[in-house]
Amino acid sequence: MSIAARNVSKKFKDFVALDDVCVEAPTGSLTALLGPSGGGKSTLLRVIAGLEQPDSGQVVISGEDKTGLPPQKRGVGFVFQHYAAFKHMTVFENVAFGLKIRKQPRGAINQKVYELLELVQLEGFAGRYPAQLSGGQRQRMALARALAIEPEVLLLDEPFGALDARVRQELRVWLRRLHEEMRVTTILVTHDQEEAMEVSDRIVVMNHGRVEQVGAPQELYEHPASEFVMGFIGPVNRLGQTFIRPHDIEIRLTPNGSTHEATVDHLIYLGFEVRAELTLKDGRNLWAQLRREEAKSLELESGKLVYVSVGHSRVFGRPAEEVHP
Amino acid sequence: MIYLSLIVLIPLAAVLWQSAKGGAGGFLQQVSNPEAIAALRLTLLASLVVVLINVVSGTLIAWVLVRDSFRGKGFVNALIDLPFALPTIVAGLTLLALYGPKSPLGLNIAYTKAAIIMALLFVTLPFVIRAVQPVLAELDHEMEEAAYSLGASPIASFRRVILPNLLPAILSGTALSFARSVGEFGSIVLITGNVPFKTEVASVYIYGQIQSDNVSGAAAVSVLLLVISLLILLAISGLNRWGTRHDR
Amino acid sequence: MTARISLRVVALGYLALLLVFPVAMVFARTFEKGVGAAWAAVTSPDALHALWLTILVAAISVTANTVFGIVCAIVLVRHRFRGRGLLNAVLDLPLAVSPVVVGLALFILYSRTAPVGGWLAEHGIRVIFSTPGIVLATMFVSLPFVVREVMPVLREIGTEQEQAASTLGASPFQTFWMVTLPAIRQGVAYGVVLTTARAIGEFGAVSVVSGRISGLTETMTVYVQDRFQNFDLVGCYAAAVVLALIAIATLLLTDLFKPKEEQ
Repeated sequence: MSIAARNVSKKFKDFVALDDVCVEAPTGSLTALLGPSGGGKSTLLRVIAGLEQPDSGQVVISGEDKTGLPPQKRGVGFVFQHYAAFKHMTVFENVAFGLKIRKQPRGAINQKVYELLELVQLEGFAGRYPAQLSGGQRQRMALARALAIEPEVLLLDEPFGALDARVRQELRVWLRRLHEEMRVTTILVTHDQEEAMEVSDRIVVMNHGRVEQVGAPQELYEHPASEFVMGFIGPVNRLGQTFIRPHDIEIRLTPNGSTHEATVDHLIYLGFEVRAELTLKDGRNLWAQLRREEAKSLELESGKLVYVSVGHSRVFGRPAEEVHP
Repeated sequence: MIYLSLIVLIPLAAVLWQSAKGGAGGFLQQVSNPEAIAALRLTLLASLVVVLINVVSGTLIAWVLVRDSFRGKGFVNALIDLPFALPTIVAGLTLLALYGPKSPLGLNIAYTKAAIIMALLFVTLPFVIRAVQPVLAELDHEMEEAAYSLGASPIASFRRVILPNLLPAILSGTALSFARSVGEFGSIVLITGNVPFKTEVASVYIYGQIQSDNVSGAAAVSVLLLVISLLILLAISGLNRWGTRHDR
Repeated sequence: MTARISLRVVALGYLALLLVFPVAMVFARTFEKGVGAAWAAVTSPDALHALWLTILVAAISVTANTVFGIVCAIVLVRHRFRGRGLLNAVLDLPLAVSPVVVGLALFILYSRTAPVGGWLAEHGIRVIFSTPGIVLATMFVSLPFVVREVMPVLREIGTEQEQAASTLGASPFQTFWMVTLPAIRQGVAYGVVLTTARAIGEFGAVSVVSGRISGLTETMTVYVQDRFQNFDLVGCYAAAVVLALIAIATLLLTDLFKPKEEQ
């Protein structure tokens, strides 16, 4: 049930969407394709589903080469960003669609559909039309519809992209649980690093049609292979060639050998977290992330003179080292 | 595509072929026939008058339908499409019933040029209204309010803010009604009497030539009408492009 | 406020004089000599034949143009190819060409003296002055409506639903039948209503190709003119009222099928 894309390239006129991309998703994994829009991740997903034909390269699902096959013969479940609900069918008919195409007996269809509706928590909605559902409900219906055909693999194209922040948060947790229960090999496309880190066990970072880095969420955060990955996967301060996470900046009230003088410009209180915007003596700006108690005990306020020291930072192109800003 | 060729293109090509059979000289002779020239001139003049009236009345009616509210507005709105739905011959007949010889209004315009204008106004009524209506409905009220807040009077804001936004729609509605006017036949044939040099329009002239077996003469004038149709189609597609120029 | 009301009065007055009173007048004239006379007029053999021919011609043209319209709309919206712009432009021709010119075109092509018409005549097929000619003329003038109504709907529904169907295992034919067609059915219905109205109401083109033979090649509209020229005003007005009623029914139907946002 693994998925592999091998040396896949795809051009749209002059635009290179995929440039010799190799991606694997092991059986039972939930892999996120993460990157900015236009980075090629959606195209890769559509190539895997057979909705686009690659110019070159191979798509292998469960060890079988499926490159030339049309989507209906690939056994993939695909969930679209805008749900692609069949508007003229009820929720029940939507979920039953794939089973009807496969000419399953009515009893079996009924049973399966109600099982799935329970799974996606839409038991009471079988007779409704998509227009009568909320965005989150529609997307759960779309997921049930994709799962109904018992796909070998599940492909989700920005499934929560059109939903508001709170619903998105709920559905992420729900998807994670669902995946733990079903263990269908899944690829999720997203441009939201938080979503990728929260839901998936592997992340493939893509940019400009290429794979930048592959790894577990933690690994990417701690050992980004490039400036791009470091910037995309979390907040970052840039000072020349040096990249520092805001929580790796320490603020002190007294100088020592490796500190630098800075002025506090502005403080932003985000509940537990406090952000301090600073200007170094040479005029460069950066911001630091502190806990609320820390900010309190330092008695930070705008205009205050402080000393910063940098814990962990990275320089790309050279091995990582401690640097002095 | 084959269907389209069979139904539309090949017959139209046949008209061209027929008109070209007599050579350029034959063609010129047919279209310079005084009766043909009179019919063409009358057609173009009448169409011109009609579209000018339509610009004003169509914009006005669209305005009333969008901005005003009164009882029975939905009914009036549905009524606008009646000239599209009503067969043209019936349209001509209805006008004849009210404005013809036994007119209860005592107003007899049958067999005059006014009758042609009347008939054309009837059949082209919906074009400008239906083109302007959706644009006017979507026009941002805030834009007008902004104009007011900047000190524009209602008339100035209509002229400087609303009209420029409606113009592409008005023009494309006008072009469509012009095309329709130039080719109109059914509604005119009963009410105008079709007196050569007086109330005979181009389409009626063509019809007469077919009846009197002068197919070449009919074809020659038809080619001129076809050219006008094509020019109008081109103008409309150009207008559509021009109308969306601010959106690109 | 007064400006608004005077605008309203002008607009409604214009519509009344141009539209409402004349149409009402036809109804009045029809029943001037009693309902019985009007009923007798529309049930005369010639009138009934004209009505039947009109329905037959409309049925054939509407069916052909609906199938063509759906296929053509899908091709134009879903595919990119050379000549697409040209095809798109040609589709509007029937709206811009004078019906008399349409009639002439068919007349030139299919009359017995023309090559095509002559060949067909040798094989016993008569087009001009006969039903096939009337059907061709009607097909020509009512061609664009289904295409033009279906195209925007197709564009709006996008391709996602179709792609979803294909990932769920539906063949292209199943996708069309189970997903695309139901999704565009309102547009199709609206287009069919418009096509029907145009097909029933066509006069100019039919008048040229039909030869206007009473009881044989007369459609309802031609019959109206024929009665008028024979000074049978009751018969003329009665037939016109039948057509007007069909037109009003069409209006009601179009209102029903119109896409919601247009209402």
